Amino acid sequence: MTCSARRIWGLLYRHIALYRRSWPRLIELVYWPVLQMCIWGFTAQFISSRAGSPLVMAAGLLLAGVLLWEVALRSQMGVAVSFLEELWSRNLGHVFVSPLRPTEMVGGLIIVSMLRMLAGVLPAIGLAYLLYAFNLFTLGPVLVLFFANLMVMGWWVALGVVSLILRHGAGAETFAWAVLFGLTPLSAVFYPVTVLPAAIRPLALALPSTHVFEGMRAIVVHGVLIWSELGWAAGLNIVWMAAAILLFAHQFHAARVRGALLSIGE
Amino acid sequence: MDAIVASGLTKRYGRGPLAVDGLDFRLPEGATVGLLGGNGAGKTTTLAMLLGLLVPTSGRITVLGHDMADDRFAALQRMNFSSPYVALPQRLTVAENLRVYGHLYCVPRLERRIAALTEELELGALLDRPVGELSAGQKTRAALAKALINRPDVLLLDEPTASLDPDTADWVRGWLEHYRAESGAAILLASHNMDEVERLCSDVLMLKEGRIVDRGSPEALIVRYGREDMEQVFLDIARGRKPARLLA
Repeated sequence: MTCSARRIWGLLYRHIALYRRSWPRLIELVYWPVLQMCIWGFTAQFISSRAGSPLVMAAGLLLAGVLLWEVALRSQMGVAVSFLEELWSRNLGHVFVSPLRPTEMVGGLIIVSMLRMLAGVLPAIGLAYLLYAFNLFTLGPVLVLFFANLMVMGWWVALGVVSLILRHGAGAETFAWAVLFGLTPLSAVFYPVTVLPAAIRPLALALPSTHVFEGMRAIVVHGVLIWSELGWAAGLNIVWMAAAILLFAHQFHAARVRGALLSIGE
Repeated sequence: MDAIVASGLTKRYGRGPLAVDGLDFRLPEGATVGLLGGNGAGKTTTLAMLLGLLVPTSGRITVLGHDMADDRFAALQRMNFSSPYVALPQRLTVAENLRVYGHLYCVPRLERRIAALTEELELGALLDRPVGELSAGQKTRAALAKALINRPDVLLLDEPTASLDPDTADWVRGWLEHYRAESGAAILLASHNMDEVERLCSDVLMLKEGRIVDRGSPEALIVRYGREDMEQVFLDIARGRKPARLLA
């Protein structure tokens, strides 16, 4: 194993060890995705039992939307909360005086976030199948591309949140939970983007998630895979990720200039 | 050869006054140098710049021949740091913490290194206990093990015996003497404990308002100020009294 891989493994091991001896953290991983699945699942079941086939399809869209949006949410929180764990344990000073490069730190946090996301979303997908006979995997292999795009979106949003924490301290930690929820209406998770007022549609279309959900609806409703939607999602993710990396690098350097890495707190 | 060379080291936070004002000093290999001064004298800022946590406003630092401005990770690989004010993850056991930092420092044969440190620092009974459950003295030993995990050539210590009972503090000092003698490492020690400074340091840098106002071996400073110990020298400098020899 190269030294770079070992440093990333060190960060990963730190979080695995933390979760291994903290059952509240483990429960929290699964709690929100499963809760969301239950709320929206029963809602969808109620709707589909009261109406004909068009609303059965709507119920399926609702469930697919909930599950896929959890991928973005959990990926974003996985990075942001893992960074906050270092801040809460007053351990950042030790981490930043080790030879761990910022790129390796981000790489480690992304792997932790993937594990957290899988630990939270897979049980919710299983529950959707068991309780509501909804199988997300019927979307086909393209599901991997939907997952990938939503994960990447979660990561660049998280890098933005970490940049805010580096700039404003732990006072900005509330963004770790709030930011992506705030983007839910714009992401057209549960309705087509055309439902949004024309004035804010460009904002919605600037988000990769909007294109993922438009693509998902095209498959569920028309059985058609629209590659251009996936292309837009991937292209926008590249642009947003590049911007987030630049912002993070700038804020990390600024934190070293201000001395914020020494005193980061409230 | 010098382990650390700082020249013209200056730091200003925002538009505030200079926190560190043009420090020039060298830390020779194998030496223990004390960084002394009252609260706000610039010790922590200086340590942070040496560790690459803080970018100097001006000046240059080289550590083990590496310029900290553009090659800090090569230097950090051979440095380490301990401070009671920077914690280890509390929920992780001592062994888990040592594994984490062993990987971050890419320590070869890590389990063997942890076993050696366990024996040397008498950590056997603590290895499987979460750091958050340890006493202050036990935490200090765990932190010292973390600071030595990579056999650093340069060790920066911020008040390594703060809040320790005299027995534990004496044990820590003894161990630092042993490590320096055995490894030839250079140690920079920020401390408010003057007994510790007299015992460990071959040289002392006295800081006040960000500047080095005096320097020399503890013995030489005691003679120069006409005092009996470093505690009195520290008070003279903190209160702006001139050395007795200059007054004479």
